[in-house]
Amino acid sequence: MNRLRALFSGREMGIVGALIVVVVVTTTVNPSFLSAQGIHDLFLNASIIALLAIGQTVLVITRNIDLSVGSVMGLTAFLSGQLFINDHGTPVILVLLAGIALGAVCGAFNGALVAVAKVPALVVTLGTLYVFRGLDYGWATATGVQQVNADQMSPSFLAFGSGSLLGVPNLTILAVVVLAGTAYALHNWRSGRELYAIGSNPQAARLAGIPAGRRVFTAFVLSGSLAGLAGVLHASYFGTINASVGNGRELAVIAAVVVGGVAIFGGSGSVLGAALGALLLTTITSALPILGVPAFWQRAVDGAALLLAISLDRAVMLRLATKLREQRSASRA
Amino acid sequence: MRDKLLRWESVLFLLCVAVLVFGSTSTAGFASGDNISFLLLDYTEVSLLALALLPIVLTGEIDLSVASVLGFCSALTGTLWNAGMSFETIVPLVLVAGGVLGAVNAGLIVKFGLPSLAVTIGTLGLYRGLAYVVLGDGAVTGFPENFRPLATDTIPGTFLPYATVVVIVVGLIVAGVVHFTPVGRSLYAIGLGAETARFSGIRVDRLKCALYIVSGVIASVASLVYTLRYNSARADNANGLELIAVAAVLLGGVSIFGGRGTVIGVLTALLLMAGLRNVLFLNDVTNEIQNVISGLLLIVSVLVPVVANLLRRRKPAPSVPSPPTQSLSLPEPVGAAAAPGPHEEDQR
Repeated sequence: MNRLRALFSGREMGIVGALIVVVVVTTTVNPSFLSAQGIHDLFLNASIIALLAIGQTVLVITRNIDLSVGSVMGLTAFLSGQLFINDHGTPVILVLLAGIALGAVCGAFNGALVAVAKVPALVVTLGTLYVFRGLDYGWATATGVQQVNADQMSPSFLAFGSGSLLGVPNLTILAVVVLAGTAYALHNWRSGRELYAIGSNPQAARLAGIPAGRRVFTAFVLSGSLAGLAGVLHASYFGTINASVGNGRELAVIAAVVVGGVAIFGGSGSVLGAALGALLLTTITSALPILGVPAFWQRAVDGAALLLAISLDRAVMLRLATKLREQRSASRA
Repeated sequence: MRDKLLRWESVLFLLCVAVLVFGSTSTAGFASGDNISFLLLDYTEVSLLALALLPIVLTGEIDLSVASVLGFCSALTGTLWNAGMSFETIVPLVLVAGGVLGAVNAGLIVKFGLPSLAVTIGTLGLYRGLAYVVLGDGAVTGFPENFRPLATDTIPGTFLPYATVVVIVVGLIVAGVVHFTPVGRSLYAIGLGAETARFSGIRVDRLKCALYIVSGVIASVASLVYTLRYNSARADNANGLELIAVAAVLLGGVSIFGGRGTVIGVLTALLLMAGLRNVLFLNDVTNEIQNVISGLLLIVSVLVPVVANLLRRRKPAPSVPSPPTQSLSLPEPVGAAAAPGPHEEDQR
């Protein structure tokens, strides 16, 4: 029970609260928002961005960032299309593994540059954002395949993307499994705790004997793999892909992570928060048209949500600092 | 002396010359006046945004919202023009709007103490969204014929577009302030250590505020050029341009941690990118491959100093006597496995 309370302590509860407010308001306007189908759709839409947010969180905790996730996602989405063009009957699991593997390779490339060559992550991944996206387009041009449609993919692959188990979408199950695994590792494994240490104070972490380079490298590989997985899932869910899948996604992912309470300068935050952040932003996006707000408000609302989240965090932190100071001076007196 | 030769700006300059020489010898039509004008015009807005970003990056901060400010100002221009306002009144209003958006960034970052990366990712979305709110997803065209040549034409008798003159003027102003005034030196000081700068009597907060407001104003100037050049005001104008501007600044040798970089470096990087893009375009290399090259160039630009540093450390300079070298290298094994760089505490 205590563990459960700790799990939902403070910051995560805030997002859950915001989520409840959005859902309640939207449902009073249109009751079908909270129907079984409505909830099903919400979770389905949030799953892919949640996967990306989980990978990004692991990196942001170490005071790094991965701007290339959208491009990696596009690359592996295209890879799954290509696999089906080569062999219409490619097993689903093989496509998934291939996507994860390609994502991991991209992540390893980023990670090697950051961890071994000591180049800032923001710069490296901004570069690979273009490189990976360019490879994606180059691949499309070279093979003459501009777009892969649903009829070119295997039915079992499409069924996997849109299917569900006991009413829960397959993609959501996958996202929850990844979330649980990552949360457990970050919380309980020694290497998981070390990621927080690296993010809080890289120099101190290194002096404490933490293999910072190796940990950061691993975090990049994980983020890349999850982006790779997200790309394949995108292909199986939407059934239509071209070389521009995931374009501009990186900023939405970082927004979800920050809304989820992960400090952009590392050292604090949880994957649960980030996943909830993704769910909150997706829910707001779906709620806008129901509330009669034109769809083009969406980006403004996303941006405002991010700003509100970090402002509130800051305000809470300042108040906490003041309280601590008062307590200390009181105990001294 | 060796350091001067090895400076990144010189490398960029040589690359630039190489591209221009390669272009004019191998590609028919590259060296024509028309093409040069086109090449320069094509990078007007990116150049302005990069010049707005440069001083901010020097202080160790970032502004990812520049292209969204451009988009919002363009949408505002369209709406006001649609409402029947004269272009002469629209121009100052748009400039003020840009300044206000910059001031919002400044307020959140400086007054409220929030990280600029997170804030400007937020306002990137917010301002772009507001652009849609202001104009919807339509386009406004038909801007006055007496203003449009300023963004599309060249100065009579030369290949120099008026818009490029704007870039040059802004570039000269930024260079003048950054390199030749106490304010400019303060920017470097802030970038190397904001706390130290504050204790040295530099008004860090006020300066940063000013930089974000100026950035907004420059972005609104870029929006006017963009709107007139394409004769089209749309909410999605210059979508994603912020990343190209950031890439140009970093390629220009400006450290993402602040405290290092020159205006000439950034301008050379812009010319290099514009030239490269144009040569590749004329040789029918697709846009996508161009992006790969830009991305690789960016990665190489940050790898070069790292590699140079490694080589320097391996090979002690001959003028240094050996005992001090050894004693200097003694503390190294502590972090040898992770080879700490000069900015290890900030991996970003």
